Amino acid sequence: MSDDHEFALRCPVPLPPGDTVLLGHGSGGKLTAQLIRDLFVPVLAGDGSELARLGDAAVVVVNGTRLAFTTDAFVVAPAFFPGSNIGELSVNGTVNDLAMMGATPLFLSAALILEEGLPLRDLGEVVASMAEACRRAGVTLVTGDTKVVERGSADGLFVTTSGVGVIPDGVEIGPERARPGDVVLVSGPVGSHGVAVMSRRAGIEFEAKLVSDTAPLTDLVRAMIAAGDVRCLRDATRGGVASVLNELAEASSVSITAVETDIPVLGPVRAACEMLGLDPLYVANEGVCVAIVAPEDAEAVLAAARANPHGEHAAIVGSVGEGPPRVLLRTGLGATRPLIMLAGDQLPRIC
Amino acid sequence: MRFVDEYRNERIARGLLEEISRTVTRPWTLMEVCGGQTHTLIRAGIDQLLPAEIELVHGPGCPVCVTPLALIDEAIAIAKRSDAILCSFGDMLRVPGSSEDLFMARAAGADVRIVYSPLDALEVARRNPDRTVVFFAVGFETTAPANAMAVKQAKELGIENFALLVAHVLVPPAIAAILVSPGNRVQGFLAPGHVCAVQGWTEYEPIAREFHVPLVVTGFEPVDLLEGILMAVRQLEEGRAEVENQYVRAVGRTGNLAAQAVVAEVFETCDRAWRGIGVIPKSGLRLREAYRDHDAELLFPREGGVPASESEICIAGTVLVGRAKPDACPAYGTLCTPETPLGAPMVSSEGACAAYFLAGRARREVSS
Repeated sequence: MSDDHEFALRCPVPLPPGDTVLLGHGSGGKLTAQLIRDLFVPVLAGDGSELARLGDAAVVVVNGTRLAFTTDAFVVAPAFFPGSNIGELSVNGTVNDLAMMGATPLFLSAALILEEGLPLRDLGEVVASMAEACRRAGVTLVTGDTKVVERGSADGLFVTTSGVGVIPDGVEIGPERARPGDVVLVSGPVGSHGVAVMSRRAGIEFEAKLVSDTAPLTDLVRAMIAAGDVRCLRDATRGGVASVLNELAEASSVSITAVETDIPVLGPVRAACEMLGLDPLYVANEGVCVAIVAPEDAEAVLAAARANPHGEHAAIVGSVGEGPPRVLLRTGLGATRPLIMLAGDQLPRIC
Repeated sequence: MRFVDEYRNERIARGLLEEISRTVTRPWTLMEVCGGQTHTLIRAGIDQLLPAEIELVHGPGCPVCVTPLALIDEAIAIAKRSDAILCSFGDMLRVPGSSEDLFMARAAGADVRIVYSPLDALEVARRNPDRTVVFFAVGFETTAPANAMAVKQAKELGIENFALLVAHVLVPPAIAAILVSPGNRVQGFLAPGHVCAVQGWTEYEPIAREFHVPLVVTGFEPVDLLEGILMAVRQLEEGRAEVENQYVRAVGRTGNLAAQAVVAEVFETCDRAWRGIGVIPKSGLRLREAYRDHDAELLFPREGGVPASESEICIAGTVLVGRAKPDACPAYGTLCTPETPLGAPMVSSEGACAAYFLAGRARREVSS
């Protein structure tokens, strides 16, 4: 592409010289938020631009139709992990980002970056998983691109997907819509994906099988929206439920109080987190969303979620109060403490 | 989950809190030695639920926090060598050295790998025979057995390119050092349950006698800690100074003899510097003569250069011996946060400053 003026930088990058990108910048925590706020948004987003809203997907209006549009890059290592692989993940991830806007996902693109030496059998398996995931989510993959890089320039394969969906009339979902009195739901047990990937990465085996929760949430979200006034939706990927709650509190200028013991966590996931010294509230999910719902509709939305296979463990986990924006956690002993956003990734502890 | 849920039970915890309130008649200052205990206390908000007479001060039991700056600089220097790979537990990577941390070194091209066990590092060594693989052996008596086992296996299997950068420290000498330090206020200890699971508690009996101080071997869940506090307060109220064991499901008096044997075979005690505290005699471990071929400090002698210097504002030293609380530090939460740590206690998942910050505690205005 030669028309680089379209993406020409408009102001100097406002970070101290000599600083480098750290892994924590990709954690979904505070470092990621800083990078977006200080480097991307000032340069790429104008006043009132859709990018600056920082939703899971952008909402653009074309001939009166509201389209949700999003893109997501997948670099998970290892590419094959318990319960799934990078192919299914890359479809579900983009489908879910669209679903979080209340959109019906329609079309996907996929760009593959392959490392020289990648076994074709692995590639075949990833592509088959993508096809199956598209079929299950009811989306069509309509365009794509392939690049190959020298051995050592990538880790097996990276996948980037983009997606477009249509937001039905009457559906209004946005991170800024939570208000005091609302009820907070999670759609399923938290932490499963991150723990499954981490245990494979660390070569740690547990007696109970830990599998990723990757799943398309389109049907679940449609059922929840049909059951009542769902104000905010966000899939709790990087940074986990704790980060999502902080983002929503910030965007809506409200406080959120969650009850630690009401947040569902599968037994084996909890056990693995205890061993590794991780807090499941900060562990990534790929098939769990947080919903903020009008109080009078909370029970109906919960029942609708539980009737869906991806929402059978859905639970009410907290409530929304007046600002200032912050998240509080009521602990098992009845004390209350702020649930903050982490700076970077959680690190397994020493002992 | 068995062995977890019953130790987080609100009803049992409330009962213990009431019993502590009935037992206490005057102010007492207790120290929980281990950083894992500190985190549970702060996360669950136990320090705020206790009667006002009981003050908890936080001990030095955070291996990341007490590892000297010079050793972290040494680890970074080794990591930057093209003929070496540095393996470490993840916790160590964010601890600031004099000018950078291991994450920054990695971003600049150093080969730093997070492992979950020293035996994983040994495997890295086996797969990379042309480079020296150094495992950063940090920790108390809890991590020493596995590290000893890794070196022993390296020697037995003839894996010559595996070495330890040893930063091991021992709990009992640190407790004694706190008790003799000027201005010490600690009247009773919650001894570290995991360390005692390895070592037993016989080493603590002379401390209880000599300093007339109760020590209660305590676990890491809220109910464990409340029970440990109750046992310590009972001893203080009754004028007793004994070693008692709250953590009966994990700890016996003589500990894990097999683990102690492998540690004794591979390591010997030595004087060691503690970050923020200084040198404590006989408070650390180093490799014995027979295993010196695997000692990274001998393989990669420290180069001269700028001597390691600490931040001038950070009060980590007084926090680590229980003389100050994290939220009394002028830099707490402002200049010093987990993203921009000035001292190690703000980094580690077991550091007291990080425990306060992650639990959202605000800085306390200290009147001067």
